[in-house]
Amino acid sequence: MNAKNTLKTAITGLKMQRSRSLLTILGIVIGITAIIMVTALGQGAQNLILGEIRSIGSKVIAVAPGRQPEGPTDFISMFSDSLKEKDLAVLRKKENVPHLAKIMPIVFGSEVMAYQADTYRPTIIGGTDLFAEIYDTYPDKGRIFTEEEIKSYADVVIIGFKVKNELFPDSDALNQKVRIKGRNFRVIGILPHKGQSSFFNFDEIAVLPYTTAQRYIFGIKYFNRFTVEADSEDSVLQTVEDIRITLRNSHGITDPAKDDFFIETQASAIDMVGTITSVLTLFLASIAAISLLVGGIGIMNIMLVSVTERTREIGLRKAVGATAKDILRQFLFEAALLTMLGGIIGILLGALFSFGISLILSKALALSWAFVFPVKAALLGLIISAAVGLIFGLYPARKASSKNPIESLRYE
Amino acid sequence: MSENIFPLIRAKNLSKIYDGNFTETSALGGVSFDVEAGEFLAIMGPSGSGKSTLLHILGFLDKPTSGDYYFEGKKMEEFNDEELAGIRNKKMGFVFQSFNLLRRTALLENVKLPLKYAGIAEKEQDAMARRALAAVNLPEETFSHEPSQLSGGEQQRAAIARAIVNNPSIIFADEPTGNLDSKSGEIVMQTLQKLNNEGNTVILITHETFTAEYAQRIIRLLDGQIESDNRVSNRRFNGFIK
Ligand SMILES: Nc1ncnc2c1ncn2[C@@H]1O[C@H](COP(=O)(O)OP(=O)(O)OP(=O)(O)O)[C@@H](O)[C@H]1O
Ligand SMILES: [Mg+2]
Repeated sequence: MNAKNTLKTAITGLKMQRSRSLLTILGIVIGITAIIMVTALGQGAQNLILGEIRSIGSKVIAVAPGRQPEGPTDFISMFSDSLKEKDLAVLRKKENVPHLAKIMPIVFGSEVMAYQADTYRPTIIGGTDLFAEIYDTYPDKGRIFTEEEIKSYADVVIIGFKVKNELFPDSDALNQKVRIKGRNFRVIGILPHKGQSSFFNFDEIAVLPYTTAQRYIFGIKYFNRFTVEADSEDSVLQTVEDIRITLRNSHGITDPAKDDFFIETQASAIDMVGTITSVLTLFLASIAAISLLVGGIGIMNIMLVSVTERTREIGLRKAVGATAKDILRQFLFEAALLTMLGGIIGILLGALFSFGISLILSKALALSWAFVFPVKAALLGLIISAAVGLIFGLYPARKASSKNPIESLRYE
Repeated sequence: MSENIFPLIRAKNLSKIYDGNFTETSALGGVSFDVEAGEFLAIMGPSGSGKSTLLHILGFLDKPTSGDYYFEGKKMEEFNDEELAGIRNKKMGFVFQSFNLLRRTALLENVKLPLKYAGIAEKEQDAMARRALAAVNLPEETFSHEPSQLSGGEQQRAAIARAIVNNPSIIFADEPTGNLDSKSGEIVMQTLQKLNNEGNTVILITHETFTAEYAQRIIRLLDGQIESDNRVSNRRFNGFIK
C-alpha cells in the first residue's frame, strides 16, 4: 500500500474513535502549549531588554571605576575614585585612542532640589554638552549648556519632564532659579518625556555641567563614569582595548588582575542578556517537555489498547494482502497524525495565550512589549510531537504487525 | 517451467501441533496430497478433524509445524513476508467461516480492502468492488450499509465478494454456506461453480453433502489424517463436466 492510502486508512482509523483520540492528545496539547508560551514570552522579554540596550547606541562604551561588581553587596567596587581628570585628558589624546569620537565624564548622585516652598529629589547628573547627543534627548524648551559654561563652573541646570511638573506645575520653568545644596541654579533647558531607560529615568533627572556638580554638589575630584562613543561600530573592540591600555599606563598597572576600572560595551550587555534569557527559556521549556513525555506514554497506552482491540482487523488486513510493513506504517501514521494534531492545537493555543499575555503586559504595565510568534519553537514543536507519536507508537505498531494473520483473526 | 512439473499445490506430510499451556493438540498429523490448477475440491470431516487448520495453512494464513507446502512449485518457507502477502492479495481469495468483515465500515469499503493493498487506482477499485458485490447478488442499496445492518447471509455474500474482487486464481472457502438458507447457499455455490468454470481453483470446506456435490473431488479428514480422497462423478450439474 502506498503512503497516500496508508494515510487515508490511518485517518479513517482515528475518526472511528474520535473522542478517545482527542482525549489521548491532551498531554501533547498541554506540553506544546506550554513550550510555545514559554518561548514566546521569553523572546518577548529578551526583545524588550535588548531594545532598551540598543536604544543607547551600539557605539557607546562605558568606563567605570573599580572592579566589575561581583555581587549586589560588593560595595567596594562601586565606590571607587580611580577615574580622574588626568584620565580624561589622556583618553582624549588621538594617539592613545584613535577611534574615540566622543567622551563624556559623568558624576551622579541624588540631592534635594527646591523652588520656593516646593522640593523634589531628582537624580543629579553632571555631564557635558554631549549628554543630549549620546542619550538622544534634546531639550524641547531652552538649550544645552555650552563648553564655556562647563569651563566656568556655571550654575545652570537642565531638568527632566517630571522634575518640571513637580516643581513648576503651572508656570514656565525656563530661566527660573532652583536651589540645590544652598546654591542657586538657573534652569536653561527642559527635557521632553522619555521615561525609564536601562540606566535611569530621564524624566527624573537634573543635568549640570560636570565641573559644577563635582565642585559644588558632590565635593569630589573623580568621576563615576566615562561614556565613550567610538567613531564606528567596527572600531568598538579596538577602542575598548585602547582605553584599557591607556588607563593601565595612566594608573601604572602592570597586572591586569589589579585593574581599578572596568569597561562595558553594548555588545557585552547584549551577550549577557541573551545568554541569561536563553538559559531561562530553555530551562522552562524543558520542564514543559516533561509533559510531552507524559503525553507520549499516554499515546503509547492508547495505541496498545487500540492494537489489542483491533487485532481482528489487523488479522483480516493481513489475510487480504497487507504486509507487516503496511500494518506497521498504518499504526505509526495513526500515532504520528494524532500527536501532530495535538502539536498543532498546542501551537495555536500557545500562540493565543502568549498573545493575550503580551497584550496585558503592554497595556496594563505600559511596557513596549511586543508579541513574538516563536516560529522556530513552533516548527520544533511540530517535529517533536510527530516524533513522540513515532517513538511511542513504534512498540504498539510493532506488536500489531508481527502477529500471524490467523492468530489475530482468532482473537476474541 | 515449474508449473509443468509441479502441481499448483503440493502438501507433503503437513502436520500442525497447537501448544497449549499444559497440553499439546495435534490438529494435523501428516497430510499429503496435490491439487491441480482448476480443480474444485471439497474437504469434509467431523468437527475438530483439522479442516480449518489445513485450509489456513494452504491459504498462507498459518504455518505448519512440520512437513512441506509447495505453492506453484516453491516451498512456503522460501517466500518472504512481502511475497506471501502479495500472493494472498492477488492469487488467493479466502472466505472465512465467520465472515470477518470490518465493523463500522460500509460493505463497499470492505470489498475494496484487498484492492487497496493491490495498488489499484481508486476509480477502478469502486467499479471492481461493485461488480463483485453484484456477482453475489447483493442489491445496490446494501453497498453503503455496515455489516451490523445486514443479515448473516448478506454478510456471508459480501465476504465472498471480497474474496473474489481481485480475480484470484484460487478461492479457499471455509463453510461458506454454513450460515445461509438453502436458497442463498445455492447462489453462493453457483458463484463458486462459475468461478471454477472460468478456470479458477476452488477449495471448499463443508459439512453438507449437497454442497459437496458441486466438487469434482472430496478429501475426508479424520483426526488430522486423510481418511479418503475420491474423485466424484455424480455431479449435481452433469453438464459442467468436461
Ligand atoms: N488455536 C488453537 N489452539 C489450540 N488448539 C486448536 C487451535 N485451533 C484449533 N485447535 C484444535 O485443533 C483441532 C482441529 O481444529 P480445526 O479448527 O482445524 O477443526 P475443524 O475440522 O475445522 O472443525 P470444525 O468443523 O468444527 O470447524 C481441534 O481439536 C481444535 O480444538
Ligand atoms: Mg473449522
